[in-house]
Amino acid sequence: MYQNSFNILQAFYSLSAVEVGKHLYWNIAGFQLHGQVFIVTWIVLAALLVFTIAGTSNLKQTPQGLQNFMEYAYEFLQDIAKNQIGEHDYRPWVPYISTVFLFIFTCNWAGALIPWKLIELPEGELAAPTNDINVTVALALLTSLSYFYAGLSKKGLGYFNRYVNPTPILLPINILEDFTKPLSLSFRLFGNILADELVVSVFALLVPILIPLPVMTLGLFASSVQALIFSTLSAAYIGEALEDHH
Amino acid sequence: MNPIVSAASVVASGLAVGLAAIGPGIGQGTAAAQAVEGIARQPEAEGRIRGTLLLSLAFMESLTIYGLVVSLALLFANPFTS
Repeated sequence: MYQNSFNILQAFYSLSAVEVGKHLYWNIAGFQLHGQVFIVTWIVLAALLVFTIAGTSNLKQTPQGLQNFMEYAYEFLQDIAKNQIGEHDYRPWVPYISTVFLFIFTCNWAGALIPWKLIELPEGELAAPTNDINVTVALALLTSLSYFYAGLSKKGLGYFNRYVNPTPILLPINILEDFTKPLSLSFRLFGNILADELVVSVFALLVPILIPLPVMTLGLFASSVQALIFSTLSAAYIGEALEDHH
Repeated sequence: MNPIVSAASVVASGLAVGLAAIGPGIGQGTAAAQAVEGIARQPEAEGRIRGTLLLSLAFMESLTIYGLVVSLALLFANPFTS
C-alpha cells in the first residue's frame, strides 16, 4: 500500500525517484543477472584501466603529473597492507588490497558523482554497483577465500591450530567468526552505500535544489571511508591468518 | 498484502533503525570526547588521532547500518508478504 503512494510520487519526480529492489534483469544461461550493476561495473573498470595506462605509459625518472599521483596512490595503498599485515609478508597482498580499495572507491564515487538518473533504463536505475548486496557479498567472500589461502599456504594444516590455540573452549566462537567476518564486511559496505543513496534521493524528493548538496558531500566522504575500511579490514584478516604464534 | 503484516513491518523497520542508533550514538560520543581530550593534551598528535577516530567512528556507524539493512529488508524486500 505504501508502495502505491511511492509509485504516485515517482510519476511526479521521475528524476529524483527512490527505487530499491528493482533491477534490470538479463537472462543469461538460466541465470538472472542484475544488468545495471554490470553496466556501471564495466564503466568503472574502463575508467580504472584508462587511468592506470595513462599514468604508467610514459614513465619518467622524476615523476610528474599523473605519474606522480599514481605513485602517491600506490604508496598509500601499500601502507594499508604494510600497517596491517606487517613488514615481513605484506608484499604479495598489496595487489589484492589495492584492487579491492580502488574498485570499491571508484564504484562508490562513480555512483555519487555521475548523474546516472539522466539515463533511462526500462527497469531499475544505474547507481553505484556496491549498492547491490550481490557485489558486496562477492567481495567479502573473496576476502574470506584470500585469508584462508594466506593461512593455509603459509602454515599448511597447522593453520587450523589457531582455532584451538589459547583454549579449545573458544573453538565454536572461532568457527562462527569465519562466517560473521564476510557477513559484517558485506553488510557494512552495502548498507552504507545504499543508505547514502537513499538519503540523497529522499532529500532530492523533498527539496530538489541545493539542499541535498551537503548530504551528497557527506556521502562522498563516507563512501571513501568505507572503501578504506573494507580494504583495511581485509588486510587485517589476512594479517591475522599470517601471524605466527610463539 | 495483509494490512497487519505491512503495518507491523513499518513499525518494526522504524524501531530497527531507532534502537540500533542508540548504542553507536553513545559510543561515538565517547570516542569523540576522548579524541578531543587527546588532542588538547597533545596537539602535535592531531593528525594521527583524527585518522584513528574517523576509522573507529565508521566502525561504530556500521552497527547502525546493520539495523538499517534490517529495516530496508522489511520495507522493500519483505519476506512475509508473498
